[in-house]
Amino acid sequence: MSGTSTIPDPGLADATRSEAALRRFLHGLPGVDQVGAEARAAGLGTRSIKTSAKEFALDLAIRMVDLTTLEGQDTPGKVRALASKAMRPDPADPTCPAAAAVCVYPDMVATVKETLGSSGVKVAAVATAFPSGRAALDIKLADTRDAVEAGADEIDMVIDRGAFLAGHYQQVFDEIVAVKQACARADGEDAHLKVIFETGELQTYDNVRRASWLAMMAGADFIKTSTGKVQPAATLPVTLIMLEAVRDFREQTGTMVGVKPAGGIRTAKDAIKYLVMVNEVAGPDWLDPDWFRFGASTLLNDLLMQRTKMTTGRYSGPDYFTLD
Amino acid sequence: MSPTNSRVDVRKTYKLYIGGAFPRSESGHSYEVADSLGKFVANAALASRKDARDAVVAARKAQASWAGRTAYNRAQILYRIAEVMEDRRPQFVQATQQSEGLTAAKAEKVVDEAIDRLVWYAGWADKITQVVGNANPVAGPFFNLSTPEPTGVVAVLAPQRSSLLGLVSVVAPVIVTGNTAVVVSSYERPLPAVTFAEVLATSDVPGGVVNLLTGSAATIAPWLAAHMDVNAIDLTGIAGEPALATELEVAAADNLKRVRRAPAVEPDWTLDPGLEPITAFLEIKTVWHPIGI
Repeated sequence: MSGTSTIPDPGLADATRSEAALRRFLHGLPGVDQVGAEARAAGLGTRSIKTSAKEFALDLAIRMVDLTTLEGQDTPGKVRALASKAMRPDPADPTCPAAAAVCVYPDMVATVKETLGSSGVKVAAVATAFPSGRAALDIKLADTRDAVEAGADEIDMVIDRGAFLAGHYQQVFDEIVAVKQACARADGEDAHLKVIFETGELQTYDNVRRASWLAMMAGADFIKTSTGKVQPAATLPVTLIMLEAVRDFREQTGTMVGVKPAGGIRTAKDAIKYLVMVNEVAGPDWLDPDWFRFGASTLLNDLLMQRTKMTTGRYSGPDYFTLD
Repeated sequence: MSPTNSRVDVRKTYKLYIGGAFPRSESGHSYEVADSLGKFVANAALASRKDARDAVVAARKAQASWAGRTAYNRAQILYRIAEVMEDRRPQFVQATQQSEGLTAAKAEKVVDEAIDRLVWYAGWADKITQVVGNANPVAGPFFNLSTPEPTGVVAVLAPQRSSLLGLVSVVAPVIVTGNTAVVVSSYERPLPAVTFAEVLATSDVPGGVVNLLTGSAATIAPWLAAHMDVNAIDLTGIAGEPALATELEVAAADNLKRVRRAPAVEPDWTLDPGLEPITAFLEIKTVWHPIGI
């Protein structure tokens, strides 16, 4: 199935022609300077964002949140409550923007869809045997098609980390291409595909860079750090490497790919550090919910508390916001 | 070899005590602390509003588990603070002497009273319920029980003059019942409070139960009074400043904080404090329970 994705750049099309070419290309990517990447990420994290810039950043971060609940204990009631919260994060303040999407397991998609209606908030579903990705391909594809049929606007798939670490890049590539095809909807449009690497399991930054290119060449609309089920989840250096990858990919092919760090981002301060990095590394084009998202659940409340502090001038507390 | 009296002074810059750690002020500011004669003693951290915010977060985090401990255990821990203070007696005597300008004998007496007061409050941990709680007679087949519960996170403005006895007398009654405290120490006399923080850090008090900020109450208090996640505020430290007190009471009204009002003049801390300092930060919960037949 390789070579089915359309890549304008002839060099990259060559790279996906065979398993050997793919390996040559991925291993030919420049290595990541680990110390340099960590220092750069830490340095960008020290920027001071205040007053009107902070107001802008908080509202943007709220608009970028994929409000997530991926628990075995999720009930229709809980996801409905979450969907209501995504539409109106702060009921006390009508100027507060809505979140980007609600992210749930495929069986909850219909429930969420019904609650969200035409509000513009999207429904994202995790598919392909999330979070381990350990299932046969046809099961993963059926999982994806189910979610798309139920009305999911976005599919968050996990890559097969075992295959990736074993060096079976072609297998991973083919799987992403196949899932991308399964994202096709009856109305002719595709559900957006986010590819989760689970960077906590990829061991090295070099692997993160390789996985990023692999996924982008296979047609990913978004690349996403983690499932949130493995520690460490999203970190600043990992996101930095992925942002560099999407920047370089656009330079080479003209195609823009989004980035979504997920898991472990809990405070508004953290979120703003990520936004600074997006602006400095990928560029202001990515400062938009269409191109950058946060996968989070507790983050939203902290953003709302900080926002309330900005508007009322006094510190707020967790008592004034819903838990889920 | 140089002569023995040429040793370079170790000049100290003390830090804040937040969440069981000793951070510098987020602002990076510190101020000079002088003794009662105006001679430089040390630098103390000048707490900013963000330090106060961090302290509230730490206090909130610690509150449930502190209140969840048995009253008996809280008593043990307060008693342990008294023990460690006793061990550090010479340091407290010196700090009190320096900051309050007392004679050695008077400073000794103040430290004695401060330690005794802690022991006294420690004893109340498992007795206050019996005194202010009640089994109420009601017209029906119910047990009707009123029990006191801690208010939550309490901001405490410590007295400006009595830097040790006064401090202990406002902090101990707050924490003994399971509240956690964000304390703003005396501005001009912060050093006994700093030493007290070092005692707290080494006496089994969980991090975040007491958070000590050195700095100006007039700067920090408005943020604490308006903070929606602070449940009560003790204004003792701004005795004799009615305009500021009114401003803080108005700010505190927004989330219906309990307010212990500022006295006109700083009280005499050697007197028997009574139970009011404890009961000011308690909520009474009443439960109805059917009597089985």
